[in-house]
Amino acid sequence: MALLENNFPTFMQGFGYTLLSSIIALIGSMILGTGFAIMQIMPQVWIRKIGNIYVQIFRNIPLLVITFFFFLVVSKYVKMSGFTSGTVALMLYTSAFIAETVRAGILSVDAGQMEGARANGLSFGQALRFIILPQAFRVALPSLGNQFINLVKNSSILAFVGGLDLMYQGNMIAATTFETFSTYIVVGIFYLIITLPLSYYMQHLERKLKHAA
Amino acid sequence: MEKARKRQFGIIATIVLAAVIVLGLMWATATAKKNAEHQDTLARVEKLGRIVWGVKADTKLFGLMNTKTGIPEGFDIDIAKALTVQISKQTGVPMSAEFVPVSSSSKMQLIKNTNIDGSVSTMTITPERKKIIDFTDQYFDAGQSILVKKDSGINSIKDMNDSKYTVIVVVGTTAATETKKFAPKAKILAVQDYATGMQALKSGQGQAMSTDNAILYGFATENPDYHIAGSTFTHGPYGIAFDKNQGPMIREANQALATIKENGEYNKLIKKWFSDVPGLDWHSLEAK
Repeated sequence: MALLENNFPTFMQGFGYTLLSSIIALIGSMILGTGFAIMQIMPQVWIRKIGNIYVQIFRNIPLLVITFFFFLVVSKYVKMSGFTSGTVALMLYTSAFIAETVRAGILSVDAGQMEGARANGLSFGQALRFIILPQAFRVALPSLGNQFINLVKNSSILAFVGGLDLMYQGNMIAATTFETFSTYIVVGIFYLIITLPLSYYMQHLERKLKHAA
Repeated sequence: MEKARKRQFGIIATIVLAAVIVLGLMWATATAKKNAEHQDTLARVEKLGRIVWGVKADTKLFGLMNTKTGIPEGFDIDIAKALTVQISKQTGVPMSAEFVPVSSSSKMQLIKNTNIDGSVSTMTITPERKKIIDFTDQYFDAGQSILVKKDSGINSIKDMNDSKYTVIVVVGTTAATETKKFAPKAKILAVQDYATGMQALKSGQGQAMSTDNAILYGFATENPDYHIAGSTFTHGPYGIAFDKNQGPMIREANQALATIKENGEYNKLIKKWFSDVPGLDWHSLEAK
């Protein structure tokens, strides 16, 4: 506990950066992921191909490799800090998984719904937005929750590129105080502070939407 | 009835699960504490007939993993081998040397947990570390320096005292605190290992990498565009580390170290590893 008291500002700074990175990556990957999910069910074959290639690339490369790619290679041309490169990598990596989750949700909606919507005069975009996606998200919600929790935990990747996050500060504190074990317990608890309410909220959302159905 | 039962089961399951987690944590803490308690290192290595040395695997000249053989090679490894032979002679117990790659941040914990017996891993003797572990006499005289791009215009650490500069260091080394003393305004970027640090320097994430001159010489030989700027600004000799209160082991190791320094074996190793470093007067490293 003395460890927590002495290093409280450092832990809080790390907590702040982890939270910030998670929120940015969450919103970004949600938008990107949905976009690429839609691309993959478009009638045009070439758009489907592009969406599929994107998903396959980012889903099948380790997050650390993507992060180092942005930190070491991309930063030569576009100036970006460890925090930025880590967050961007996290966003792209997660978006591939979210794209797959949302796509599965869309596929679970009966094809007749789309046909019916089109027959009633809605355009493809309108049908998607008002008929298909609301149903798809309800189905995808439990696994989306999983992705979000993974995203928060994966944000520890920032530690490898000096992203000032919880894990990074934890490493620094462990290295200076030599209290490795206690430090990582505190770090773990801080992660729980983010992930537990998040999973609770996702469960709550699931229940709410179930009743709405 | 059915619902109430289900709820009851849920509550009990939650309590049991929480109890398991709490007990598990307590057990883990207790084990860690027990491992950290005093154990006689010399008695252990004599009993097992082997000394497990923690060495670096990412540091050219001192400890670098040979990817073909999977065995680290370098000055530290050769010193550890020589010491093992010497300690075997002194105690009369034949012992073999084993090597475990450690990182700057993990070595202390590995010693405390007795995963390794001792550590020859470019480790600077500091008062803070001395509180936690024991050191032998110095086995290498080092000091902190900075590695910069040749055309950067930076000539010493003092030139970097500006918030526009970032100094790259490795987590768990003494470099971060020392850099703050000499260039308090410069930003610090801590990375996991030296290889990443060098890559980060090359891609412009920082303008200088700071650590011991000995390690930087290794990088300067590999990267002709980079050079050491200015002289060393700290004096930080390396020591061999053992767990706290390991008097007998420290005595044996010090005696062994003194012997190899006297019989010329130490100087042979200095020549083997440092005679090819450009710009380094390797004779100054020899034992007198």
